[in-house]
Amino acid sequence: MEIVDYVNYWIAMLLLVTGLFIVIARGNLVKKLVGLGIFQTSVYLIYISPAKILGATAPIIAPGYTLYSNPLPHVLILTAIVVGVATIALGLALVVRIHEAFGTIEEDAINALAQGDDVE
Amino acid sequence: MIALQLPALQVLLPLAAAPLCLLARRSGAAWALALATGWAVFAVAVALMLQVAGSGPISYAMGGWAPPWGIEYRVDAANAFVLVLVSGVGALAVTYARESLARKIAREQHALFWTAYLLCLGGLLGVTVTGDAFNVFVFLEISSLATYILIAMGRDRRALYASYQYLIMGTIGATFIVIGVGLLYLMTGTLNIVDLAGRIGDASLARPKLAALAFLTVGISLKLALFPLHLWLPNAYAYAPSVATAFLAATATKVAVYLLLRFGFGVFGHSQVFSRLPLGEVLLVLSIGAMFVASVVAIYQADVKRLFAYSSVAQIGYITLGASLASQTGLTASIVHLFNHAVTKGAIFLLLGCVALRVGQPTIERIAGLGRRMPWTSAGLVIGGLSLIGVPGTAGFVSKWYLVLAALERGWWWLAALILLSSLLAVVYVWRVVESCYFREPSPRLAQAPEAPASMLIPALALAAACVYFGLSTGFSVGGAAAAAASLLQALP
Repeated sequence: MEIVDYVNYWIAMLLLVTGLFIVIARGNLVKKLVGLGIFQTSVYLIYISPAKILGATAPIIAPGYTLYSNPLPHVLILTAIVVGVATIALGLALVVRIHEAFGTIEEDAINALAQGDDVE
Repeated sequence: MIALQLPALQVLLPLAAAPLCLLARRSGAAWALALATGWAVFAVAVALMLQVAGSGPISYAMGGWAPPWGIEYRVDAANAFVLVLVSGVGALAVTYARESLARKIAREQHALFWTAYLLCLGGLLGVTVTGDAFNVFVFLEISSLATYILIAMGRDRRALYASYQYLIMGTIGATFIVIGVGLLYLMTGTLNIVDLAGRIGDASLARPKLAALAFLTVGISLKLALFPLHLWLPNAYAYAPSVATAFLAATATKVAVYLLLRFGFGVFGHSQVFSRLPLGEVLLVLSIGAMFVASVVAIYQADVKRLFAYSSVAQIGYITLGASLASQTGLTASIVHLFNHAVTKGAIFLLLGCVALRVGQPTIERIAGLGRRMPWTSAGLVIGGLSLIGVPGTAGFVSKWYLVLAALERGWWWLAALILLSSLLAVVYVWRVVESCYFREPSPRLAQAPEAPASMLIPALALAAACVYFGLSTGFSVGGAAAAAASLLQALP
């Protein structure tokens, strides 16, 4: 039953590897960014999962509540989400510029064009 | 009063000046603001270093929240040294940049360039000064996002693609660092680096801690372009604007090396990491790989900027080699080379910016006859090249001397031989540049070219002169590095 106990971690790891695989295996620059997004999101889950305790409340001291969840990972991940959004936005902006400059967003085609630039 | 706020000002000044540059809009005003900020930040770094030398490490509680709960900025001998290096090169590059930007980047983009530049500078200084592991990630991403913008501003369309590739690799690296920090937090319940170092020793080598170390090492190695994770670096350096290349080559990878040392030695404690895990051996093998493979690849480059970019990968190998030896001498050698290589590569890339002003993207063919047309620029390049090789009397010699000493201290003669052998490869690629500069007829593009403007030459040659100065007088570089190494090693449990 170990797998069931840690199901949230298994899912996070599956997403992590899936995202990384897409980044490596896909030649389309937008699809790579999608993979990067999945990869980053999986890390959010790795942070959030252990912070949540079943039956616990927010850490507000009041009579009758003794079990608290840790709020710090949520705050950290809020920051990480902002960073992730900025990264994906910048990445997409670069892809737009690459499309303007090369006329394609396929990795192989861009590599061929870039090699042509080298020869000149 | 202000002396107490210096650690915060170190980061606050560039971060606050960046949006002001954007608001200034005009090229001249933005440059003046960046110039003032650059030198002010350098002054703050020097003041911090003096304070640390006088009265020991400084702890600054951000917002008045006491560590380990609040974010702590902590300056000790190790990061004060890196702060001075980063802010010094940063200030010199701004001083140099006016003429270079005017010819290479559209005028309406200058304010944007300076905004990104200051954000990058602030991010790098933040990574160095902060004592909080998650804060490290945030500042790392601030500097990285700004770096992608700087690289994409290169005129060549390949700059865009290089920037995109760096964005992918850099983000993977940063995400690995977050995973590592997260695992450490799970195991210890703290993010404060000093606190982490104290608590990580408690438990035995539990598996999440090993995983954290692995994720951190791989993530940081991507950022510092450790062979074979260096693939983003050559194109990024080759096609970025000259000013950005010089600044990044001298600072960005060096700050990442500092992070590796901070986590490897400061947090995990070198005895635990290096005696129970093969981290030292792995670093050793990869460093030797970098020294030889990257140097050989550098020999075959036609583009001079790419040639020196591959040389950077090789030189980073020497830096990590010193760290892998995990001794006081080894770590001193590593930090001395971190400093000397930053000065050397900063000088070389600034001078290549002068060349690029006259011939466009500098290739071996196009720089033919440079020695006759631009004598000062090519003389500076020769000094930089000699320092890369490690000729006595230049900064490069000092760091290689300490590296060889550290290898011999272990009784590893073969390693000392390998260090000397790989230096011979540097002779080959530097000679290709020198041969083209001095022993060929001037290329058509250089036939009428005048020497580079003084506003660019003076800062660039100042760094070249520093290569010689730090080769002869080692008080600041070796003294600072030895103090830094001692402070990293004494953090051990």
